[in-house]
Amino acid sequence: MSVLLFLLEKEFRQIFRDRTILAMMFVLPIVQLIIMPLAANFEVSNINVALVDHDHSSYSRELTAKIASSGYFRISGDAASYSQALRLVEDGQADLVLQIPAGFERNLVREGWQEVGMAVDAINGTKSSIGAGYLTAVIADYNRSLAMKLNVTGQSIATAPAAIEVIALDWFNPRLEYKFYMVPGILVLLLTLVGGFMASLNIVREKEVGTIEQINVTPIRKWQFILGKLIPFWIVGMVVFTVGLVVMYVVYGIFPMGSIAVLYLFAAVYLIALLGLGLLISTFCDTQLQAMFVAFFFMMIFMLMSGFFTSVDSMPDWARSLSNYTPVTHFIKVVRLIVLKGSGMAEVGTELLYLVGFALVLNGGAIMNYRKTS
Amino acid sequence: MKQWIAFIRKEFYHVFRDTRTLLILFGLPVVQIVLFGFALSSEVKNIGIAVLDNAHDAASVQVTNRIETSSYFHLTAPVRSYAEIENRFRDGSIKCTLVFPSDFGAALGRGGQVQVQVVADASDPNTATTVVSYLSAILAGYAGELSPTHRPSYQIVPQIRFLYNEEQNGSLNFVPGVIALIFMIVATALTSVSIVREKELGTMEILLVSPLKPLMVLVAKAVPYLLLCIVNLVLILLLSVFLLKVEIRGSLLLLFAESVLFIIVCLALGLLISNLTSSQQTAMLISMMGMMLPTMLLTGFMFPLENMPWIFRVISYVVPSRYYYEITKAVMLKGLGFSHVWRETAVLSGMATTLLMVALKTFKTRLA
Repeated sequence: MSVLLFLLEKEFRQIFRDRTILAMMFVLPIVQLIIMPLAANFEVSNINVALVDHDHSSYSRELTAKIASSGYFRISGDAASYSQALRLVEDGQADLVLQIPAGFERNLVREGWQEVGMAVDAINGTKSSIGAGYLTAVIADYNRSLAMKLNVTGQSIATAPAAIEVIALDWFNPRLEYKFYMVPGILVLLLTLVGGFMASLNIVREKEVGTIEQINVTPIRKWQFILGKLIPFWIVGMVVFTVGLVVMYVVYGIFPMGSIAVLYLFAAVYLIALLGLGLLISTFCDTQLQAMFVAFFFMMIFMLMSGFFTSVDSMPDWARSLSNYTPVTHFIKVVRLIVLKGSGMAEVGTELLYLVGFALVLNGGAIMNYRKTS
Repeated sequence: MKQWIAFIRKEFYHVFRDTRTLLILFGLPVVQIVLFGFALSSEVKNIGIAVLDNAHDAASVQVTNRIETSSYFHLTAPVRSYAEIENRFRDGSIKCTLVFPSDFGAALGRGGQVQVQVVADASDPNTATTVVSYLSAILAGYAGELSPTHRPSYQIVPQIRFLYNEEQNGSLNFVPGVIALIFMIVATALTSVSIVREKELGTMEILLVSPLKPLMVLVAKAVPYLLLCIVNLVLILLLSVFLLKVEIRGSLLLLFAESVLFIIVCLALGLLISNLTSSQQTAMLISMMGMMLPTMLLTGFMFPLENMPWIFRVISYVVPSRYYYEITKAVMLKGLGFSHVWRETAVLSGMATTLLMVALKTFKTRLA
């Protein structure tokens, strides 16, 4: 036991000696947690529309005004021709071209039917489909008001069709604010980056600088060595997590709905698993550059597969099972459930089993793979 | 000159001896391309849904069947009460519930209006809004079929054309993003340790007593990585064209020239970091951990830049990958020429020169 205490003392001294590393561990994640949620917003608004109006009638102007006032669009330019509008798209000044043909008003009144051309910059699939969808909705809305207006002035009112009206109730987040969803996710990612990188760099540093030899010739057992590396970073990780929760409350007003004890239990187990992965990488590699790249490789996959950027449900089956084997996925899910919906142990218990499994396998691997003789 | 070439050769040995790093260097883009191409999609699908059916009539069953056959939804066991909805939200098994009123079928049968409730788990706002629009479309379709003879009188019909991407290939948007992201992180990280490693291992002294000028030392450090990055670029482009069926529309030469320029910017940034730090650990933490999230967020390919608060748009002007992303989109996907990207190119060139000059200024020819 006293051996372990000496090891811990050594590790803590090393951590606190390097001011830059300390700053990287505490300040960087906190600063990022404060500012990043403001940037991470999937909402599509401010779609730039280039308008080509060949009709210049009161109806075409009315439609344009309706589009401009819908809140999603910004009329970025009046183009004389389609090719001129296309140039605006090429320069990135417009996302969408709306072309109103000559005779728009006349045809609409006489035939009751008129096409308008819409050309969308489809490189960004989400933005283009949402933009086209919004514009179609605005036009459909205009259609309805037009039908009403024209019907009032003389023509027979068509029989009302059967209609189903949808009333949406948004639970847990009635104002649909993105920050509620993003902030807990970003907290988990930052914790993962700090823990994963620090742990994977640690043992390999001793190898590269050569100090590991001094440890290898002592009677320190393998598990003591690994535990001596694990505990300091675990404490650092828990502190970062705590500060993160405080930031979440103070800056974003998000207080966990569920039990804080359960949240900490998960964080504790998750950190052991994550640090185990880092130490495992560290025992495999010879240089810090290697360790960093291997760690980056896994972090990248973990982040992309975790459901932070895209929903896990919409992945194909093979990807969903891959996502199931990454610890980050489970922890992000649990943190969101506990913080946002107040889920308790009964609902998230199985996730804990996953994390305990990861922790055992990864740390076991690190202990097995650390060799005192080369 | 001969000395310099010998020096570059030394650097090449360093790089190629480390097979694990090389493996990651080439494995990373491959994995990213596969994940982005086949696993990740911003479309929301397979959403867990349950119905709370107070009507139990033919109409409500028909609507439920439509939801079941839709690929957007994954229908689970029905719920019986609002309390049960909340429980199912809490364990994460469903994201929304459709509530039929008890007179659903009867009201529809009379040809009238009927209201249904959609209870959405809005802790994920993106899914919540998507769910409502999907369900509205399904319900409107169903209602429309009930009165097929009715045709609205005044109709403006939009004819939508998708420019540059008629098949709506989702891979198109992220290929430039992935290239930008990989070089921004990998190229910077590679050179960020190059000088500080010699400091840490004590070989820096030998370097400093050699007759080579600081500029030559810096360039020699970057050359092997420049070459590696170019090979990597070729690999990514081949994968995008043959695996993801992304068509390169513009000039390949221009795309290459711009990419090399961008890689140089990243390598120069790495050299600067390497000069300013005192340990490999710090250098890598700055270049990887510090830059990973800002690059992902501020390049513009995951989250649209124009929606961000102005301060982020201002910060994004100093992120090199942002310009490169714009350039690749224009050249590779839209097929535009140099006249459309000269501004971005000028900015990148300016960044490259400035960074190299600052790196040269901060290169210390004396130890401690």
